[in-house]
Amino acid sequence: MNIKELNDKLKFELLTKCPDSEIKKAYTSDLLSDVMGNAPDDSVLITIQAHKNTIAVASLAGINAIILCNNRKAPEDMLPAAESECIAILQTGLNQFDASVTVARALDLCS
Amino acid sequence: MIKKLIPVYENQTPLVVLELIQGHKISEIMSRNVVSVKPDVTMREVKLMMKDRGISGMPVVRQKRLLGIISVEDLLNALEDGLMDDSVEKHMSRNPVILEEQMPVSFAIDYFENYSFNRFPVLNESKELVGMLTDRDIIMHMIKVMNGEIGRLEELAKHGHHTEIGNVIRRYAVVQNDFKNAGKASSEIKALLQEHDVDRKIIRAAATAIYELEINQVVHSLGGEIVCRISDDHVEVLARDRGPGIKNIDLALSEGFSTATDWIRSMGFGAGMGLPNIKRVSDDFRIKSSESGTEIKVIINLPEDS
Ligand SMILES: Nc1ncnc2c1ncn2[C@@H]1O[C@H](COP(=O)(O)OP(=O)(O)O)[C@@H](O)[C@H]1O
Ligand SMILES: [Mg+2]
Repeated sequence: MNIKELNDKLKFELLTKCPDSEIKKAYTSDLLSDVMGNAPDDSVLITIQAHKNTIAVASLAGINAIILCNNRKAPEDMLPAAESECIAILQTGLNQFDASVTVARALDLCS
Repeated sequence: MIKKLIPVYENQTPLVVLELIQGHKISEIMSRNVVSVKPDVTMREVKLMMKDRGISGMPVVRQKRLLGIISVEDLLNALEDGLMDDSVEKHMSRNPVILEEQMPVSFAIDYFENYSFNRFPVLNESKELVGMLTDRDIIMHMIKVMNGEIGRLEELAKHGHHTEIGNVIRRYAVVQNDFKNAGKASSEIKALLQEHDVDRKIIRAAATAIYELEINQVVHSLGGEIVCRISDDHVEVLARDRGPGIKNIDLALSEGFSTATDWIRSMGFGAGMGLPNIKRVSDDFRIKSSESGTEIKVIINLPEDS
């Protein structure tokens, strides 16, 4: 499923341009070393880490979209960084757990 | 960008130069045999001393304490006013602008830009005068380092094969607490490996190791450098910093151990997984550390077909 199709289901707020990348899996974490070490390729990251370093980690880890939970605000330098790495940023008022459940349903990952 | 007298900019200046001005301390380049005078010496004697030694200024010192600076200008004024039998203390400039020996050379360059003085006294931590720094000292040091570095580059140019993936060397300076630029080394090396169609898993491993090494230098060290060498069959990453070192390496390597501050943790770093991650993704991992710095060397093999 690509990012646009995913967000049609999620209805979160899209803060960046929407690249046409695939999302196959999801990973929830606020620890960047954990994301770096364990997040799957072509995934969406669910986190509250709203800053530019998250983009660096996402890009290195092959993450295509980031969902900022609890309505965390993205600082000014985060959005252009995301766009230049072709990473989409979505924002939601849900916490990490609820956002994860919603994403799991949308991606049809609940067995 | 502000126009500067001495054109050294973080983003555009070659690494050698950045390394030279940020990576070296004033104590390494200052002159240590300082000719100083005591405060009760007369201006007449000062004139002779300066003439004999061909210098244009001297620190005035009592028991290693810096009281002021006496310059040719002060001497001329005293001469004009017929006050050559006065003590130096009466004519010196007090509260001189000083440098500290632990400051990076970049500070000194800023000082030479901001003040019109030709020399600065250098004090140690106990505020004792330990040296003098002139713009000449900086130039001499710069030439010395450049000689070494350009020699090295010439050797590389002679022997390096440039088109193949073999023997690419990249150096990155890492600055303490500079989160903004963290990730530069890893993303450039990642891009390089992608260009050469290296397997995605291996790129991820290299990127992970380099990123964690960069972040560790930013968070835990006084600054350092990351040197990446890519050859036909492996990527070698050498991370070196200037201290303060790791007290207990076994502990640092255990999952979950971190000395990061709350502030760093709140950004998502400091989970204590960096070193364990690096070890896990690398084919060879070596670490040594002392107070003067930590050195970590990591090798990630590139399989035949990539
Ligand atoms: N370059 C370094 N200089 C000094 N200490 C370091 C360095 N790298 C790592 N350490 C020490 O090792 C600990 C563990 O490092 P790491 O596993 O990367 O976890 P974290 O960076 O999350 O704390 C750090 O908290 C720090 O005390
Ligand atoms: Mg770390």
